[in-house]
Amino acid sequence: MEVFSYDILLVGGGGAGLRAAIAAAEVNPNLKIAVISKVYPMRSHTVSAEGGAAGVAKADDSLDEHAYDTISGGDWLCDQDAVEAFVKEAPQELLRLERWGCPWSRQSDGHIAVRAFGGMKKMRTWFAADKTGFHMLHTLFQTSMKYTTVERFDEWFVTRLLVDEGRVQGVVAIELMSGKIAAVLAKAVILCTGGCGRVFPFTTNANIKTGDGMALAYRAGAFLKDMEFVQYHPTGLPFTGILITEATRAEGGYLVNKDGYRYLQDYNLGKPQPKPVLRSMELGPRDRLSQCFVKEMEKGRTLHGPYGDYVHLDLRHLGAQLIDTKLPFVRELCLKYENIDPVTEMIPVRPVVHYMMGGVHTDIHGATSLPGLYAAGEVACVSINGANRLGSNSLPELLVFGARAGHAAAEFAGQQKPAGAAISAQAEDEKRSLEALLTKTGGSERIADVREAMQKIMEQSAGIYRTGPSLAEAETHLMQLQDRASRITLDDHGLTFNTQLITALELSFMLDVALSMVRCARQRTESRGAHQRSDFPARDDKNFLAHSMVSRKPDGSANVEYRPVKITRWPPGERVYGQPAEKAAQG
Amino acid sequence: MAETIQLEVARYSPEKDSAPSFQKYEVPLRKDWVVLDALNYVKDQQDGSLTFRWSCRMGVCGSCGMMVNGEPKLTCATFLSKYAPGPVRVEPLRYFPIVRDLVVEMSDFMTKFRKVKPWLIRKQEAPLSEGEFLQTPEQLEVYKPFSMCINCTLCYAACPVYGLDPFFIGPAAIALAQRYNLDSRDQGADERMDILSQHEGIWGCTFVGECTKACPKNVDPAGAIQQYKLAAAMNWFKTLLVPKASP
Repeated sequence: MEVFSYDILLVGGGGAGLRAAIAAAEVNPNLKIAVISKVYPMRSHTVSAEGGAAGVAKADDSLDEHAYDTISGGDWLCDQDAVEAFVKEAPQELLRLERWGCPWSRQSDGHIAVRAFGGMKKMRTWFAADKTGFHMLHTLFQTSMKYTTVERFDEWFVTRLLVDEGRVQGVVAIELMSGKIAAVLAKAVILCTGGCGRVFPFTTNANIKTGDGMALAYRAGAFLKDMEFVQYHPTGLPFTGILITEATRAEGGYLVNKDGYRYLQDYNLGKPQPKPVLRSMELGPRDRLSQCFVKEMEKGRTLHGPYGDYVHLDLRHLGAQLIDTKLPFVRELCLKYENIDPVTEMIPVRPVVHYMMGGVHTDIHGATSLPGLYAAGEVACVSINGANRLGSNSLPELLVFGARAGHAAAEFAGQQKPAGAAISAQAEDEKRSLEALLTKTGGSERIADVREAMQKIMEQSAGIYRTGPSLAEAETHLMQLQDRASRITLDDHGLTFNTQLITALELSFMLDVALSMVRCARQRTESRGAHQRSDFPARDDKNFLAHSMVSRKPDGSANVEYRPVKITRWPPGERVYGQPAEKAAQG
Repeated sequence: MAETIQLEVARYSPEKDSAPSFQKYEVPLRKDWVVLDALNYVKDQQDGSLTFRWSCRMGVCGSCGMMVNGEPKLTCATFLSKYAPGPVRVEPLRYFPIVRDLVVEMSDFMTKFRKVKPWLIRKQEAPLSEGEFLQTPEQLEVYKPFSMCINCTLCYAACPVYGLDPFFIGPAAIALAQRYNLDSRDQGADERMDILSQHEGIWGCTFVGECTKACPKNVDPAGAIQQYKLAAAMNWFKTLLVPKASP
């Protein structure tokens, strides 16, 4: 079996992975660094982020205000020390990207422009038109090519973390091109594999977002944190789930029901004004807006389509010029994929799964509960997002915590010895089991059938609203699906670019992730942010101002325990949106 | 599902086949399906060994480029109904070595991509505390179109010069060099010029503009190539008059 050795190994080549690689390369040019990614890095899902990246930039704003918006937006489940570090470092990171050539949109005087965003009280969202993630990722990828100590394993798929004496010391991975299985050893491994939206049927997430890093960490014995907190974005296109950015609402778009009525005014989000008002109406937080959709559907005031109910996003009053300057990608997506023109027609939208607040538990430096293992970006849960992430906080998060993880891993790697013999034995084991899966015949299940069943049960039972019984049913069902997944047989037994083998492994990862979500959701008998229990509609700070920590027991079952939330300066309060009500609340 | 359409998909496995052949699949013809949806239908329901790349399904990751009825297309942005009543012929991107079925070998492109030094070059780094480089919306507009490239390589599959001369650095890489050359913050145009001048292939480009026609993101690589040729010619002319003293 071929063995590669590095000081630091990045698993995932998106925004967080590339930022971490550059950080490690800069802090110590003698380190051997590798980035392993199942797709070419510029294909990573960071590319799809549209609206922008938050970081205090203007004189009317302050770090404390960004922190407060983030913490209240997260329904007080954020760790406030992490939030404070985040808001402080975000502007520097965004500036660094400017220095690396990111084509940020500008004011007429040449300074960076910022826009409004949901749940944010001030304009602080940097943007590159409505392709912010695309430009950030390409800037990072192109810049990373300057660093000759960073090697790449493009189109390699990681199947397992190698752990000995409690320390993560590398991975086993398959090279897609050849089918070769190799061990890639490293003194520190950083997971930057992103989210897991594909666990659900309707999602903005790309095909590659299958929770690989979360499952790898969980199987290796690390804690996953707050897995019940899944964000629905209120405005995705039905069927495809293509994201229509929140920036459409920040620029003044309206959400209307079947009667053309701006229904958010009925849900304690403020009164409708012709122009967008910060932290109000369409600029409320995503969890609230997605919940309002369900309420509106229950009242029979949504429209019916072939892919379920929907409402309308109306941009017509913004005019062609604004749409073409600030939201060109939205127009392109609507024209190409929905065959409608937002300049003259309303866009059909529905809530679609968008982002995972939970993930691999890390501390403020990106270190997980396993020595040698770090995580950053959507795969990780620091947590700055708490029970609901604010739009435009995820892009700066991957920069800030990517850089932090890169620095911490570089320091850790400097103190470690190379991997021992037990690691090679583990790698050989994994190779044998992969070969067995590849050659197995006589099974009775197809991958797509199991995957679709999983997605259906997650949407039905663990969606925007959940109940104890619906979650219990989902857990049973998912365990049956795990059993069915073990009976999958591949049509494809070839070594060259075997995407069916990868799909089978991804499905097994997704089932682990789905079960973690459901188990944490069952035990959290309160409603907070994106986790809404119809049977426990109130927030319960007495019992649940705490992070869910789920880990795998040696017998394969799961254990859920709780850790307190770190509160520094913002004691739990009521989440208030809409101008007049908010003024009253803040006295 | 009353209506269907036939796909003719190129199949090739280096482990089994000496040359590519076509396989036919009957798939539902649905109004909202793109060619990629049809391929996924085949993979999920009929033949799990059919091999292709895809990810975002919204035209921004650049993975799913293929030849559809002889033209390079992003299959996620190409409706199936456009080809009714069929058949729809799907092949790997032209001029690239085939890895398997619809997957092509990308490493030549990746090498060329890096060669043009696609990063911001400054003669001297300034500390972050000095704030952002100022850049007006007008200055941004100068290079912005060239920054929209998603690296899908459809332009290579459309380029007759690349077809004849695999050493040609190619449309996307030249557009990328221009993206930085034209950026008011960059000072690396001379370095990149030296690199690009070593690649004779560019002079073979007769401005047929096939690359620009194929680009799904309106990048206009043909325009970048013309700009570059002009600059290179001027540069060459200057070296005749004034031998280069310093770089």
